[in-house]
Amino acid sequence: MKRIITLTVNNRAGVLNRITGLFTKRHYNIESITVGHTEVEGISRMTFVIHTEEDAVVEQITKQLNKQIDVLKVMDITDQAIVARELALIKVVSTPSNRNEIYSLIEPFRATIIDVSKDSVVVQVTGESEKVEALIDLLRSYGIKEIARTGTTAFTRGTQKHSSNMKPYSIV
Amino acid sequence: MVLKAKVEGKNEASTTKMSGAEMLLESLKRENVEVIFGYPGGAVLPIYDKIYDAGIFHVLTRHEQGGIHAAEGYARISGKPGVVIATSGPGATNIVTGLTDAMIDSLPLVVFTGQVASSVIGTDAFQEADVMGITMPITKHSYQVRDVSEIPNIIKEAFYIATTGRPGPVLIDIPKDMAIIEGEFDYSKEINLPGYQPTVMPNHLQIRKLVEAVSQAKKPVILAGAGVLHGKAAEELKEYAEQQQLPVIHTLLGLGGFPADHPLFLGMAGMHGTYTANMAIYESDLLISIGARFDDRVTGNLAHFAPNATIAHIDIDPAEIGKVVTTKIPVVGDAKEVLSQLIHQDGKRGDNQEWLDQLASRKEEFPLCYHGSTEALKPQKLIELVYEYTDGEAIVTTDVGQHQMWTAQYYKFKKPNHWVTSGGLGTMGFGLPASIGAQLADRSATVVSIVGDGGFQMTSQELSVIHELNLPIKIMIVNNQSLGMVRQWQEIFYQGRYSHSILSNQPDFVKLADAYGIKGMKATTEEEAKQVLKEAIEFDGPVLMDFRVVPDENVYPMVAPGKGLHEMVGVKL
Repeated sequence: MKRIITLTVNNRAGVLNRITGLFTKRHYNIESITVGHTEVEGISRMTFVIHTEEDAVVEQITKQLNKQIDVLKVMDITDQAIVARELALIKVVSTPSNRNEIYSLIEPFRATIIDVSKDSVVVQVTGESEKVEALIDLLRSYGIKEIARTGTTAFTRGTQKHSSNMKPYSIV
Repeated sequence: MVLKAKVEGKNEASTTKMSGAEMLLESLKRENVEVIFGYPGGAVLPIYDKIYDAGIFHVLTRHEQGGIHAAEGYARISGKPGVVIATSGPGATNIVTGLTDAMIDSLPLVVFTGQVASSVIGTDAFQEADVMGITMPITKHSYQVRDVSEIPNIIKEAFYIATTGRPGPVLIDIPKDMAIIEGEFDYSKEINLPGYQPTVMPNHLQIRKLVEAVSQAKKPVILAGAGVLHGKAAEELKEYAEQQQLPVIHTLLGLGGFPADHPLFLGMAGMHGTYTANMAIYESDLLISIGARFDDRVTGNLAHFAPNATIAHIDIDPAEIGKVVTTKIPVVGDAKEVLSQLIHQDGKRGDNQEWLDQLASRKEEFPLCYHGSTEALKPQKLIELVYEYTDGEAIVTTDVGQHQMWTAQYYKFKKPNHWVTSGGLGTMGFGLPASIGAQLADRSATVVSIVGDGGFQMTSQELSVIHELNLPIKIMIVNNQSLGMVRQWQEIFYQGRYSHSILSNQPDFVKLADAYGIKGMKATTEEEAKQVLKEAIEFDGPVLMDFRVVPDENVYPMVAPGKGLHEMVGVKL
């Protein structure tokens, strides 16, 4: 299943390399990574999406990440109440005749058109990966020229529902 | 001395102006570094210029690989971090093997590499290599200096990181200009590493769980690894094992953590472990691993590993727990702390007398054995002789292969820190340079370097250092004129097709020793071996011995790859 792991790290040269290298070394596949500054200067947040069926793998990833000296905090937030968003830019083949059709199609997704040319439009959409996926599927029939996706960025909601199946990967 | 004056002046003003190279050496002095293993080159010339009159002992090994393995031997015996300096590019890439070796065997090193000047980094400049990129997966942590005033703090952190928690190598890459330009030297800053907080004290609840499990167990066994040695917990291990009457098994790297002649000791576990140890693991109902990481050479086929046991795993590195085997009782903490707490718990001793009796009789019935020979020299006999002639008190270093396994089997290590071997990475060429570091760490010890004829030739240039420093190391080549372990596997698993494992064109090792100014001797029979060994150990200086052993001898007993620990072959003659 899809797991979302977030980390806060010291914003030092080579930190991303150190972390992705760790994934490579341990043979874990990364579906997406997003990185950006946090509210604290010098500290960045990373969001990893990985696919794995085994809890042991997630546990091992979490522990290995925690071992890194520049990693301050690791959380597997998959089972928590979270806000997760992805941005995608989709360049769709479009002629003046079907432009309105595309407009109405993307509207329920709260997507917008941010560029128009003679034979294409660029659609911008934000939301959870599934929503982005769904929109891309819909647009596919028009012919997609290019897609750029950011990958998921996420953190926990301010309020957590009480949940008993949360998995804290602490060994004590 | 200039530097000295600056140190003394430190109380008046907390900072002093120094060049990066001076800062480096001053920091090493503050960390009480006694010896540096290194090799100069363009990018580290500013540092070497300061070493010239810094008053720290520097060993010029003949290859950077020799330098870093020597530092590993030094670290293993002294318990202090080994310090290495290599130049940029080829100097740095030559230490990659040693870094990996130290990483996997948890040895503390602080390694400095030169780097091309900041202004040309990234241009494929002369002798440039992306050392940070190359070494990230094989270091505990690494730094590249980007501001000269960071040097003291980086070095302070590096020593702290290398020696605390699970020890490991830390690399510091220093661009040439950083060694030259001046900055403020301030060594008083506190270490602040919020992302690095090793857990030393174990969780009380987990300790109670373990105590409870021990009191319930009918067939308990301790599997002790090098973590016991790193944690200086050998005494506590003995006390705990005796208190609870728990049989003890060692991993290869753990040897010496528990006295080999103790009635509770069952020997080494794993591929070439003892039958008693492996069967004890297989039959146990409680397996307590202390500072061991369940390497595949120890566990054999995991499907058959301790199938009926509750696994308790004590380790300072939380990531080791659950990595290979599912653990019921995880205890994160320092081995010494954990064992001390276990000793002082009031858990009743489990009812395991029947188990102990069974193990004792099995130990009697299935000792390590080999076919003796009156004519030729058997390698196993050779190791027994070394044990005898050194009273089992020597520091022994080895390479990797058959001789390493025979040494682990037949040299009965009684005390901690007498055993230096490359366990995790299995590095040929490790033994000779490691013995240099070991001897420098303990000048008065008898150091025996047991190497194979293959591995010896990978780092034999370090004989030069042994001669130069007149280190009285007794080098023993267990010469079977082949890459013995490779040959053994080809015999067993590849129908005797000895593809490139026979070293039929060996140099005359005695003459080679002579060329380096070292006393060389040769023995082909047991009688000669006795004479040679006696003479070598009495001789005050280095000796190289070429022991021509039976070439087709194999290491037994053995757990073949893919087999469980209970499926050992070659147990009985």
